[in-house]
Amino acid sequence: MTVADVAFYCFSTVTVAAGLMMTVSRNPVHSVLWLILAFLSSAGLFVLLGAEFVAMLLIIVYVGAVAVLFLFVVMMLDIDFAELKGEMAKYMPLALLVGVVILIQIGLGIGAWVEADGKMGLRAAVAPDAAQVENTRALGLLIYDKYIYLFQASGLILLVAMIGAIVLTLRHRSGLKRQDILQQMYRDPAKAMELVDVKPGQGL
Amino acid sequence: MLQSDLATVLPELILAIYAMGALMFGVSSGKDQTTGTLTWATAGMFVALALWIGFGNAGDRSAFGGMFTDDNFARFAKITILLSAAAVLLISQDYMARRDLARFEYPVLVSLSVIGMMMMVSAGDLMALYMGLELQSLALYVVAALRRDSARSTEAGLKYFVLGALSSGLLLYGASLTYGYAGTTLFSGILSTVNEEVPLGLLFGLVFMLAGLAFKVSAAPFHMWTPDVYEGSPTPVTAFFATAPKVAAMALIARLAYDAFGGIPDDWSQVLSALAVLSMFWGALAAIGQRDIKRLMAYSSIAHMGFALVGLAAGTAEGVQAMLIYMAIYVAMNVGTFAFILSMERDGKPVTDIASLNMYSRTDPMKALAMLVLLFSLAGVPPMLGFFGKFYVFRAAVDADMAWLALAGAVASVIGAYYYLRVVFYMYFGTEGDRLDSRMAPAQWLALVAVAAAMLLGIINLFGIESAAALAAESLVR
Repeated sequence: MTVADVAFYCFSTVTVAAGLMMTVSRNPVHSVLWLILAFLSSAGLFVLLGAEFVAMLLIIVYVGAVAVLFLFVVMMLDIDFAELKGEMAKYMPLALLVGVVILIQIGLGIGAWVEADGKMGLRAAVAPDAAQVENTRALGLLIYDKYIYLFQASGLILLVAMIGAIVLTLRHRSGLKRQDILQQMYRDPAKAMELVDVKPGQGL
Repeated sequence: MLQSDLATVLPELILAIYAMGALMFGVSSGKDQTTGTLTWATAGMFVALALWIGFGNAGDRSAFGGMFTDDNFARFAKITILLSAAAVLLISQDYMARRDLARFEYPVLVSLSVIGMMMMVSAGDLMALYMGLELQSLALYVVAALRRDSARSTEAGLKYFVLGALSSGLLLYGASLTYGYAGTTLFSGILSTVNEEVPLGLLFGLVFMLAGLAFKVSAAPFHMWTPDVYEGSPTPVTAFFATAPKVAAMALIARLAYDAFGGIPDDWSQVLSALAVLSMFWGALAAIGQRDIKRLMAYSSIAHMGFALVGLAAGTAEGVQAMLIYMAIYVAMNVGTFAFILSMERDGKPVTDIASLNMYSRTDPMKALAMLVLLFSLAGVPPMLGFFGKFYVFRAAVDADMAWLALAGAVASVIGAYYYLRVVFYMYFGTEGDRLDSRMAPAQWLALVAVAAAMLLGIINLFGIESAAALAAESLVR
């Protein structure tokens, strides 16, 4: 076994174990921490595959931003996860049965896996030659050049997601006093206040 | 290279730019006061694009290395989608304005979802297929929950979202298995690698993808979301769900079946026949107990998807032609019926109970007659256009040696006729009760009467869609 083999088995065991712990752990905060571990070890797997850009992306975007966001959400939302889990436990036997059946079926499908004759050729035809261009450049060539159509389409999908989030959550409350800075700046002291000379012993 | 690609996707590009422009306009100007203008502008945009696609250059083109296909089939589906979306926007304008739903994001989201549908029917690649599907579905999830203060509407949106995510998962899993076999996501590449011998893994992929798409057309047994989502969503949104997205998803199934798996028609044909039989019978039987007209239309759409799938299951060019004709007629009937449902109200409040239609023919004989024609057409009673839709798909099935499928369809349509006729019975012979208001917006009235007239007059030459559908089918089935 080479060093790479050892590293592969380490990373993959940790990924699977962390994924399992994420699902079964009782404390949601622990779940998120296990998720971060699963992300980190999958990043290690990507490095072993020679996809260092994707590995860095996984750490920066998923661990750095998404997982931390999850952590915030989990801590801020007041959801009784134990109760949700209790609900789920009721359906566990049936879910396990269905899961096992699906697993066996997929096992049958993948056990007898056959590939098309020209598969490798078709696969290689898409990507730039790995020996010629480095990882990041190859990804850029694919995403921004060859797959520009899909890239723009995903932009539209994100736009829909943004509009949707605003449509479903933004509420214009009436009777709310908002600060209008321009109005504040253009206020004329002469019009805004009035100097009154109040005589002693008299009211206004 | 890029220029010719962009020229091919020009309609989609223009619509995308329009949607973004409309969004900017809505945000920066009067917000929800602009909804009326934007709705009319969006509908006008759809009609203009449909005319342009219809009278523009013919011939098959593809762009972005085969990821986008522009052929007669795509154009037929796009015109149907654009026109039905425009009609639904116009008939719902009045309802939205009066029920405090006039939000300027609605026409924008509808345009974005229509772009997704246009991408779906032109998809030439598994990734392009998925992108189009998600763009369409995501916008639909949002509009289903548009009435966010109502628990029903929110529930509809959430239910649709969760089940839609599940179906996307099935679809993606199938796509990954297919990619694992073929080594490419291009339909043309998959077509070249798939031959007579179908390995089990690829079959898994095919079935998973069809199951994911069956969710989108609400074919039984993947229909569970339909009645609840139809009932909970605001009625204009329900009208939209029942029309354009169904055409897009049905066209997508046809595209996947012929462009990617055209070499193994027997394998997908049996899956589609099973879906067709289940949908036809489930749609007919489960609708019998329904009292709510929106739920009734949900089951009706399940049954109608079953009939359209019969045409597809035949696996011939004739079958695809029959499916396209069926979808065009189905969409027209639904626009008319929903124009009426949108106008159903009592004392200014919308009602959806079918018993509220009691003796409607006394209140308004003209509208009751139009509705009678539409319901007969939905049931497939001979002189109306709906019968010809069913006739085409059954003939295609019989010609493809699937007479049993046509027979099952005939039995199911007889069972299904019961609940359409029950609505007619309420309208003409029901017991006297509280009357519905006779108010109806001009656009709704026009849609109702025009569609009803088309159901009768269309029998002369089907408005020429027969030959257009034949051309479209030819370009798909080579």
